[in-house]
Amino acid sequence: MPTMTTVILPAVAVLLIGVYLSWTAGRLDRLHARIDAARAALDAQLLRRASIAQELATAGVLDPAASMVLYQAAHDARQAAEEQREVAESELSQALRAVFDESAQVEAVRAAPGGEDTAAELAAAVRRVPMARRFHNDAVRAARALRRHRTVRWLRLAGYAPFPLAFEMDDEPPPALADRGNGAPQ
Amino acid sequence: MRIGIVCPYSWDVPGGVQFHVRDLAEHLDRLGHEVSVLAPSDDETPLPPYVVSAGRAVPVPYNGSVARLNFGFLSAARVRRWVHEGRFDVLHIHEPATPSLALLTCWAAQGPIVATFHTSNPRSRAMIAAYPILQPALEKISARIAVSEYARRTFVEHLGGDAVVIPNGVDVDFFARAEPKAEWQGGTIGFIGRIDEPRKGLPVLMRALPRILESRPETRLLVAGRGDEEEAVEDLPAGMRDRVEFLGMVSDEDKARLLRSVDLYVAPNTGGESFGIILVEAMSSGAPVLASDLDAFAQVLDGGEAGELFPNEDAGALAEAAVRLLADPERRERLRAYGSRHVRRFDWSTVGADILAVYETVADGAAAVSPDERIGLRARLGLARD
Repeated sequence: MPTMTTVILPAVAVLLIGVYLSWTAGRLDRLHARIDAARAALDAQLLRRASIAQELATAGVLDPAASMVLYQAAHDARQAAEEQREVAESELSQALRAVFDESAQVEAVRAAPGGEDTAAELAAAVRRVPMARRFHNDAVRAARALRRHRTVRWLRLAGYAPFPLAFEMDDEPPPALADRGNGAPQ
Repeated sequence: MRIGIVCPYSWDVPGGVQFHVRDLAEHLDRLGHEVSVLAPSDDETPLPPYVVSAGRAVPVPYNGSVARLNFGFLSAARVRRWVHEGRFDVLHIHEPATPSLALLTCWAAQGPIVATFHTSNPRSRAMIAAYPILQPALEKISARIAVSEYARRTFVEHLGGDAVVIPNGVDVDFFARAEPKAEWQGGTIGFIGRIDEPRKGLPVLMRALPRILESRPETRLLVAGRGDEEEAVEDLPAGMRDRVEFLGMVSDEDKARLLRSVDLYVAPNTGGESFGIILVEAMSSGAPVLASDLDAFAQVLDGGEAGELFPNEDAGALAEAAVRLLADPERRERLRAYGSRHVRRFDWSTVGADILAVYETVADGAAAVSPDERIGLRARLGLARD
C-alpha cells in the first residue's frame, strides 16, 4: 500500500499531465498551421483583386479619372509594406466602390471585348476577399483563445510563435458588383 | 476537385439537410467534380452511386427528442476508411455541433475542412458540458458557412468565431417551369409542412381561416404534408371543413405544381426556422408569399419586399393580410415579379459558385485531407523510436 500512494499515484498523475500538455501543444501547433494557410489564402485573394483592378485601370475601358484612381489604389495595395497593408487594401476597396458606384460602369466593362470575363473575375475577387479574411480571423480568434489559457501562458507552450493578429480592413464590395439577383445578370 | 461531403442524418429519412446535401452533390457532380457523400443509412436502402453508407444510425434520446446518431468504434472505423480511400481535396461536413457523423469526421480527419451550420439551436446543456471536447474538434474547421445571417448570429454567440453566409440552394427553374394544375387553381391558399408539428404553424392558419372565409367564402386551403387530418380541422366550424383539402405527402413535382397553382402561399411557422427554403421554392414558382415575421423569414423575403410578413402567431393579422392580398391581384402580381427576380440569388448556379469559392479558398496550396493520425502515448512522451 505505501508504494501505491507514494510512487504509483504521483507517477500516474505526472504521466497524465504530460500527455495533456503534449496534446495541448499539438492543438496549438495545428491552429498556427491553420492561421498560416488562411493567411496565404488571404494574400492570394488580395493580390488577385489588386491585379484585376490594375488590369482594368490600364485597359482604357474606364474614363481617365477613374482609371487613375483605380491604378493608384491597386498599385499602393500591391506595394504596401506589411504595417501599411491593411490601410492600403481598405483604400483599394474604397476606390473600387467609388469607381463601380453605379451599375453603368460595370455594364461598360462588360461591353468591352473580353470584358464579360474581367467583370466576372472582379466580382469573384471582391466576393472572395471578405471570405478569406473571415476564415483567417476566425483561425486567429481560436488560437488567441487557446493561448490565453493559464497553462499555455505559464508553460510557454506556444514557443516562439508570434501572438496572432487579426487582419482588419474595409472589404465591403461595390454594391453594383455584389448584387446577386434583382435583375443584375450573373 | 475531389470533394467529400458528410451528411449527419439518415439518407432514407427525408429532411432539409439531406435534400441540401443531395442537391449540392448533384450540382457539383454536374460541374465535373468528383463527389462522395458519407451518410448514415440502412444497408438495404438503395443509394445513389455517389453515396457511401456509414452504417445504420441508432435512435438515442438527445436534447428532448429522439435523434438518430452514429457513434462508436464501428462508425469511426468507417469514417477513417472513407477519408483514407477518398483522398479528398476538401471535406465538407454539415451540422458538426451535434453529436453526429459530422463531428466524428471532424475528429478523425485533418486537412481543409469546411462546415455548414444549418440550424440555430439554442445552446444545450450537453454542448456546454462537451465544450472542452467539442472545441478541439471544431478548431480543425478551416471555413464555416452559416445558411443565414440569423444562423450566423446565434452561431457567433454560442460557439464564438465567425462564418460566411451562403444561403441554401434551390433549383429555381425546376419550380418556375412546373405546370400549374387546374383543380388547384382559383382562390386557393397553399400550405406545405408537417400537419401535426405545431412549429410549422398550421394551427395559426386554422384559427385565421374562419375570418378569411367570412370575407371570401370561395377560398380553398390546400394542405400538403403528413399528419392527422381529422385533428387538424377539429376546431374549425363543421360547415367550413370542406374548404380544406388535404393532399398528403406530395412528390417534388407535385409540390412545384401546387406552388405554381395557388394564389397565395402562407408560411405561418412559429419558430425554430433558420432559413426557410420553402419560401424560396414558393417564390421560384411565382407564388405570392405571406409569412410570419421570423428573423430568418424576414431575411429571405428581403425584409418584406419579396413577400408580406405578419406578426408571428397573430391569426387576426394573418387573416387580414390574406384577405387583402386575395382581393388585390395587382399587389400579388408585383410580389410575383419581385420574388422571381429576388430568388435568383438562391439558385444553385449562384450558391454553388459561392460554395466552390469557399472550397478553393481553403484548399488552395493546402495538403489534401487525410486521417488524423493519433499520436501514441510513447511518442507523446518522447519514447518512440522512428
